[in-house]
Amino acid sequence: MTRRDWLPWLILALIAAALPWAFYDWSHHRQAGFVVGMLSQMGLMTILALSYNMLLGQAGLFSLCHATFFGFGGYAMVHFLNAAGDGMLPVPMELMPLLAGFASLGLAIVFGSMVTKQRATAFAMITLGISELVATAALMFHHFFGGEGGVNTDRMINQSLFHFSYASGIQVYYLILAWTFIAAIAMRLLTVTPLGRMANACRDNFERAQFMGYDPRTVRFLQFSLAGFFAGIGGGLYAITYEIVTFDAVASPLSANALLMAYIGGTMVFPGPVLGAVLITLLQSGVSLMSNSWLIYVGVLFIAMVTFAPTGLSGIVVAHQPVWRAGRLSRLLVPYLRLLPAAIASLAGFVGLVELLSFLTIGAEQGKRLVLFGSPVNVASTWPWVTAGALLLVGGIWLVKEARSFSRVWEAVIDDVQEART
Amino acid sequence: MEVIVISLLNGLVYGMLLFMLASGLTLIFSMMGVLNFAHASIYMLGAYFAYETSHWIGFWPALIVAPVLCGLIGVAIEVWGLRRVHRNGHVAELLFTFGLVFIIGRSVQMSWGMLPEPYRVPALLDFPLFTLYGLQFPAYRAFMLLVSAAMLGAIWLLLKRTRIGLIIQAALTHPDMVASLGHNVPRVFTIVFAGGCLLAGLAGVIGGNYQSTEPGMADAMGPIVFVVVVFGGLGSLAGCFIASIIMGMVSTFAVVIDASMADALRPLGLTIQANDLLGEVLTVPVARIGALLPLLMMVLILLFRPRGLMGTRDT
Repeated sequence: MTRRDWLPWLILALIAAALPWAFYDWSHHRQAGFVVGMLSQMGLMTILALSYNMLLGQAGLFSLCHATFFGFGGYAMVHFLNAAGDGMLPVPMELMPLLAGFASLGLAIVFGSMVTKQRATAFAMITLGISELVATAALMFHHFFGGEGGVNTDRMINQSLFHFSYASGIQVYYLILAWTFIAAIAMRLLTVTPLGRMANACRDNFERAQFMGYDPRTVRFLQFSLAGFFAGIGGGLYAITYEIVTFDAVASPLSANALLMAYIGGTMVFPGPVLGAVLITLLQSGVSLMSNSWLIYVGVLFIAMVTFAPTGLSGIVVAHQPVWRAGRLSRLLVPYLRLLPAAIASLAGFVGLVELLSFLTIGAEQGKRLVLFGSPVNVASTWPWVTAGALLLVGGIWLVKEARSFSRVWEAVIDDVQEART
Repeated sequence: MEVIVISLLNGLVYGMLLFMLASGLTLIFSMMGVLNFAHASIYMLGAYFAYETSHWIGFWPALIVAPVLCGLIGVAIEVWGLRRVHRNGHVAELLFTFGLVFIIGRSVQMSWGMLPEPYRVPALLDFPLFTLYGLQFPAYRAFMLLVSAAMLGAIWLLLKRTRIGLIIQAALTHPDMVASLGHNVPRVFTIVFAGGCLLAGLAGVIGGNYQSTEPGMADAMGPIVFVVVVFGGLGSLAGCFIASIIMGMVSTFAVVIDASMADALRPLGLTIQANDLLGEVLTVPVARIGALLPLLMMVLILLFRPRGLMGTRDT
């Protein structure tokens, strides 16, 4: 890795470190709790998504039990913190996430030796089974998992390398930030080791990798265990942040979330999942305040990505790179602008229909009033339904038409760029 | 004794319900190599469609209408979705069906709300069929057995005795050869996918009022169906049948066993207190960990026989 590779990371780290102070409440001299909480969540989710991408993107393994290791790291962390609080574990707070990582590594080695016998579909099913096994066990056994109530702890153990108390959210945020970058850099470096390269090889051409004398099972196993290790670090930080770990941290929705973040962000380039983690966390904290059905938007986005843009958001960005280098980006401007109104119309129609429908069944029970695009809407009248339906229909047809002409322009531009290069 | 007989019957009913779901899943898998994560979601849709249909025109039409609707949805998914993402490889197909789980789940919540729907057993079948040792056996469960047995027979006849069954069987193992002989393999795929969804819908119709029709039913049923398919061996219909019955029995019998591993150790002179994790694992009664047993069995079979009970191939 050259200096040019490091520069974006450094800039990103500086922005992430400065961001809480942009929202600092100077009149009351305190941090904006919501922003710090959201940024911390972004850090945790970044670790989760990046470590998940070690499986999905780098090794081509579709795992559904990643939250198992995240959550297990969290549970282990709670017990470590409690032990440290009783004075039985003299480890500084800054190194505690490493312990949680090792706990998850142990579990990942146990499960990994079972699940990595298979790949592709069978692997996905077995990991689903493992995830359910641990989630069900978490509800049943009280000594380690605390049953439905979960286990809680107190993070102020007064063991710190830098004499921090970790009483405030901002200190925890910086701990998360530091570990997110350590983990991200470690995972980035792993991709250029022989192991990382062999994982790619096993993903791209399984038979050939076998033929060259590598055992794909070993590669899968190592990759799976290491991914579990990093997820455990994330889980440990999760336990420090919230001071409680419940069954939600090992349950399948979190595994699904890891998948959504990694895939929507883009699995083929290393920073892709970071983009996904930031975006999904923003959606989760922002849209979920406004709408009951934010998950359906994420689901539709996901399906659309799988069908039309399997390289994810970062893949779309990367695809523009050669065009940008050749100085032809301006040719795409008008086609993009033409796409915009059609996309906005169909999006508005879709959002309108979803909100109307979900208000009818869910929102009305909560005694809320529906407000769409800034104006109150009467669900009982037919006009909103007709408008939304018409917008979706007309916008959709328009969008398909524009998309066809856009893809013609795109192909012409790509051809041009390739010609100019040769 | 009475507990054993009643549990045997209930286990059979549950096992056959599982088989209705798992058979479609395993057929789709062995043919197309696609694991349909949305299979349990289709089951849920079947239950909701049946509730809606029986609300308007009665239960008996629903028995036909709801599975057909599910089959049509299956056709739509295969033709417009899976064929498109097929180019991007197997993982893309898995991801696609996984995304469908989200969309179907949320759409059901949006359309029918979060609360369970009052989808009831039809009045005609709402009576105890017989009384055994003072315990009643509802006629509806016998009806469920009847439907699932009829379905089992129909699948068997279709696969073994008809021309299309012959082509399906051939396409399972040698799709390229079947295509070269002039058969439309993609259409066979669509038929199988639609058929699997139809079976899942039928399972939803008769399972929706046996269990409860609520937005969480897909999540409750999904993992156990996957466990059945893995346990029976991927791609084996016979193994799938045996695994369904075993899982049905295990789930029902576990509920009535109030013993724990510590009880088994007691004759050896060991008494165990539940004051640490190991003690808790040993003293927890089987009834409480009933939901855990099928999953544990899956892990065990993977350890000792990774292909499952009757699986013929690795993936």
